[in-house]
Amino acid sequence: MSMLSEPSTSRPFDVHGKPGERTSAPATTGRRDPVDPALCRQWLRDMLMIREFENRCMQQYQDKKIGGFCHIYIGQEAIAVGCTAAVRPNDPIVTAYRDHGHALARGMAARHCMAEMFGKIGGCAKGKGGSMHMFDREHHLYGGHGIVGAQIPLGVGLAFACKYMDEVIDGRPNSRVALAFLGDGALNQGAIHEAMNLAGLFDIPCVIICENNGYSMGTSIHRGTTMGHDIISKAIGYGIDGYVVDGMDVLSVYHDMSAIVEKCRRESRPAFVDMRCYRFKGHSMSDPRKYRTPEEENQYTSDDPIGRLKLHLEERGELPEAVLKEMQKEIRDEVREAIAWSEASPEPPMSELYHDVFVEPHGPFNGTSLPQMLQGKDLR
Amino acid sequence: MANLTLVQAINLALIQEMEKDDRVILLGEDVGNNGGVFRVTEGLQKRFGANRVVDTPLAESGIIGTSIGLAMAGLRPVPEIQFEGFLGPAYDQLCSHAARMRTRTRGAFTVPMTVRVPVGGGIHAPELHSDSPEAFYTHQPGLKVVMPSGPYDAKGLLISALRDPDPVIFFEPKRIYRAIREEVPEDEYTIPIGKARVVCEGTDLTVVSWGASVIQCMQAIEACGRSVELIDLRTIYPMDMETVEASVSKTGRCVIVHEAPRTCGVGSEVATQIMEKCFLHLEAPVQRVTGFDTIMPYYKLELEYLPDAARIQRGIEDCLAY
Repeated sequence: MSMLSEPSTSRPFDVHGKPGERTSAPATTGRRDPVDPALCRQWLRDMLMIREFENRCMQQYQDKKIGGFCHIYIGQEAIAVGCTAAVRPNDPIVTAYRDHGHALARGMAARHCMAEMFGKIGGCAKGKGGSMHMFDREHHLYGGHGIVGAQIPLGVGLAFACKYMDEVIDGRPNSRVALAFLGDGALNQGAIHEAMNLAGLFDIPCVIICENNGYSMGTSIHRGTTMGHDIISKAIGYGIDGYVVDGMDVLSVYHDMSAIVEKCRRESRPAFVDMRCYRFKGHSMSDPRKYRTPEEENQYTSDDPIGRLKLHLEERGELPEAVLKEMQKEIRDEVREAIAWSEASPEPPMSELYHDVFVEPHGPFNGTSLPQMLQGKDLR
Repeated sequence: MANLTLVQAINLALIQEMEKDDRVILLGEDVGNNGGVFRVTEGLQKRFGANRVVDTPLAESGIIGTSIGLAMAGLRPVPEIQFEGFLGPAYDQLCSHAARMRTRTRGAFTVPMTVRVPVGGGIHAPELHSDSPEAFYTHQPGLKVVMPSGPYDAKGLLISALRDPDPVIFFEPKRIYRAIREEVPEDEYTIPIGKARVVCEGTDLTVVSWGASVIQCMQAIEACGRSVELIDLRTIYPMDMETVEASVSKTGRCVIVHEAPRTCGVGSEVATQIMEKCFLHLEAPVQRVTGFDTIMPYYKLELEYLPDAARIQRGIEDCLAY
């Protein structure tokens, strides 16, 4: 049986459905060591930080300070925070376009994340990538990718590289595991099936985490995906163990992912996780959400992952009100500072158009159309 | 006659052809229930049913591959790909199957499919949502490539595409989806594929463009105060070089304008053919005003990247001064 943390049952609305019975080996004995309250409070802080950041992003988008598209992570914070906590800092992570939460959870400064969306030079990619393209080499975050499902082969490649470096070059057991996130809509892209086959075939230690929020943009999983109630069956077809995890509960995410990741590390094998969650906001900022009812939304939003963790701490007397208040104030200040910093950050100069297209000795000024660009325009 | 946006003109063309021909079916991500990412197919599922306006999974290769099968079996599928950047996953199906089917089967099978794709920059979107990849598909023999520059042309060209016996990639410039309105007849009409339009006549210089850039070209021509002829290619493949040749033979000067990067853009082909066909008429080297040889930048530099009226005007003046 592969079900680790059973998602809350007996909801009138169940966007996911009942998963099937499995015989693959369990990753955990079911025993859960208590988590240090200080660590729990840190997770609460991280989740509140993502929540505040995303709320302010929506405002900035409406104020037209953020261009392009903006995909909000609200409701899924427990996943980025819990998964990041379950891996080592040098385990590579790759994700799709709903990526602000992963960037922040991994340690990217809020100002670098915000400035990227503002298209400013202070952004993590000098304002060239925008909301969907958060990269942080120092924190082993390999993006932020805009093409649905196309990042999963990259995740398998990152894990392959780790295994190769450890086992072939250094001649020791594999020590790293890659996390590759996708949404449930991406399950139908060919690329993820090719990647899963490779991972299964070559024993690649990559944990493929499907943030299953039940909707592929405006199409519910049951309208768009076969076996939508039991998506781990797809991974099992590639010889990969699959697990269902409650993505609305950071403690479950942490415990289950820790067990799964350590098993993958130890055995140098891939895994697939059906991380069940709900996206509280629309697919992007321009989504009228006609495809689901307010009643369904209310059911899930009243089961907020942040509320759950707060309750957990409060019940144990581990979250004095003053501490929470102080935490919230710090976060508000930090995000406000990130916005001010991003506003002050310069816009990229014209010359940035030609930087980083190729490695510098071959660029940036060998572009054949540069002379045209220079006509009558200063390189700011 | 109604004053319609590009979105409304395309919607109307789809309605009229679907009413007329029940082999026409639409498919794509969220095209039905949600009316498409740009709401181009709004209301069509309600009108024609979920069997003819099909919400597909998020799988571009699957959407195009399935459409090719539908077309080979005799239907007239109209798949929608949400952004030109998402053609990437479907590239194999388009270039390895759709483009080659008629040749490969010596005419036994054809692929009468119209792939609708929003294209180009100007809406503050990042790369993969603002690109102009028309040259990739123009280079692939077996595909027709169409890009209207306004609502009237969009309706007539789309109806022609839907009736075309071969695969057509119908690029819709998203920058002008709702930015301009034109009188569009309710009645059915077609604009032939492969026929350019002379937007305005002139004697001193020819500007060749297509898609949303045509609007910037008109502004530039107005501003420069010279007698400039503007040609909107409308169809990029097959290309109407006769119209271009006649014009450049008359004016002796030509500026080509496109959003796509410069190197090996469609402008390269137009310039080469002008050199081949009008060499003795040329008074100046053909000029190009284009996007740059770099990845489409995020929105802060987007307007620097896209050819604007000022840059086109400079190109025109340089060419005239030569």
